[in-house]
Amino acid sequence: MSLAMRIIPRLDIKGPNLVKGINLEGLRVLGKPESFAKFYYEEGADELFYQDVVASLYGRNSLHDIISRTAKEIFIPLTVGGGIRSIEDISKILKAGADKVSINTAAIENPDLISSASRVFGASTIVVNIEAIKQPDGSYHAFTDNGRNSSNKEVISWAKELEQRGAGEILLTCVDHEGLGKGFNLSLAKKLCDAVTIPVVIHGGAGSQQHVFDLSKDLPISGIAIASLFHYHSIIKNRQIDGYEEEGNIEFLKSNRTISNIAGCSVTDLKLFLFQNQIPCRV
Amino acid sequence: MSKNNTIAVIDYDMSNMFSIENALKNLDLKTIVTSDYDTILSCDGAVLPGVGSFPEAMKNLKKFNLDNAIIDFIASGKPFLGICLGFQLLFDRSDEIINTNGLGVIPGEVKSFSKLDISLRVPHVGWNKVKKLISLDRGGFNEPLNDIDNDEYFYFVHSNFVLPLNNTYSYTSTQYEEFNFCSSIIKDNLFACQFHPEKSGKQGIQILNNIFNNENRKI
Repeated sequence: MSLAMRIIPRLDIKGPNLVKGINLEGLRVLGKPESFAKFYYEEGADELFYQDVVASLYGRNSLHDIISRTAKEIFIPLTVGGGIRSIEDISKILKAGADKVSINTAAIENPDLISSASRVFGASTIVVNIEAIKQPDGSYHAFTDNGRNSSNKEVISWAKELEQRGAGEILLTCVDHEGLGKGFNLSLAKKLCDAVTIPVVIHGGAGSQQHVFDLSKDLPISGIAIASLFHYHSIIKNRQIDGYEEEGNIEFLKSNRTISNIAGCSVTDLKLFLFQNQIPCRV
Repeated sequence: MSKNNTIAVIDYDMSNMFSIENALKNLDLKTIVTSDYDTILSCDGAVLPGVGSFPEAMKNLKKFNLDNAIIDFIASGKPFLGICLGFQLLFDRSDEIINTNGLGVIPGEVKSFSKLDISLRVPHVGWNKVKKLISLDRGGFNEPLNDIDNDEYFYFVHSNFVLPLNNTYSYTSTQYEEFNFCSSIIKDNLFACQFHPEKSGKQGIQILNNIFNNENRKI
């Protein structure tokens, strides 16, 4: 008996909207993040992960209001990332109602931030997001700013350093797999699990329930962050999206289409499927 | 005790107070976030939340005279809830970072998972099962786990665990891999737990309701 596999809907936020891209690029507006968040909570999500996808780029963080509103009616952990650069930024996000923060760009630019943040807020509050992209020589490098800039840090050694510095959890985003719905990067996930003893959460690639099962059946991962699989299902279920701001690319939303290689499902469906296949799950 | 009664959320400069506040408000309870002795003692219930390290927390409790407020509030017989670090602080001592004395309300000590002989992923973070060890007559108090299935999942996030001196007050246990630890204690009006009811979805809210919203309670 042990911990349940954490199923974590990931909500990418741009301005006031929930968005989704492919390989972290080409963002489409899907609707209001608060509505999706509430919906996933009701469906039995174990945690929610909010990522402000343009915060690092523009040096802003517009998530505070969305977090505050969400935290009032959703009683599961909230992890928030995007544009967090200082102890003060972390403090503000936690005060808005987040339970954990996820840091990528600032960790690479200033690894000491992770050490001091871990001391101030406790390791379990500090998640480091590693955005991994495969290099021509077959190795993986950590990227910043949603897969835009290389850090030249090799992913596994970077993860080990983060553990030493007091990170409480690693969120591995496999950018090459992200948004495609063709399955997870199992070999990289395994290498990471073998390399560190802190909890590992994997993101990027779920196109079906089977993909999630394939990832969870053998690896000692703690959680899986999932976007498209849930979002596209939620859109189908809620054709009457309750309004969205006229900001960003809303053509996709207006078109009433979904993505062909994503077999969308609800959080409940997925957890039931995993549970029936002997993966410990909170159902 | 009825709805609209006021619950003190004890502020010792360590915690995310907002989660527990939001959860209590969701139950139509009034909340006051406070570090003031008299205000705390005047409330109908009190919560000691907690995120951070044990030594820092004890230092702050003493700085604000909150150690006495907590002990006196518990002695008043009104419902008291300790969460996570607020659960650990009730014990005699902890070896987190440096040996530090706790509030000494419950006999026992706090230990680190990482110092055990078995290899566990630390922190213990996520949803784990809570198994009830005893059913008890609390002299009119609701049981915290009323209307909740045994073996229900709750949300944990911690690197240290409590080791009670004996099982007198152990209310639930939880298993992490092969390791069993005490995940909550109960002593008259005092209930404290390692997991986070305010982050454990509907069953967590149910616990808060059982503790603070029992309109049929005798006191």
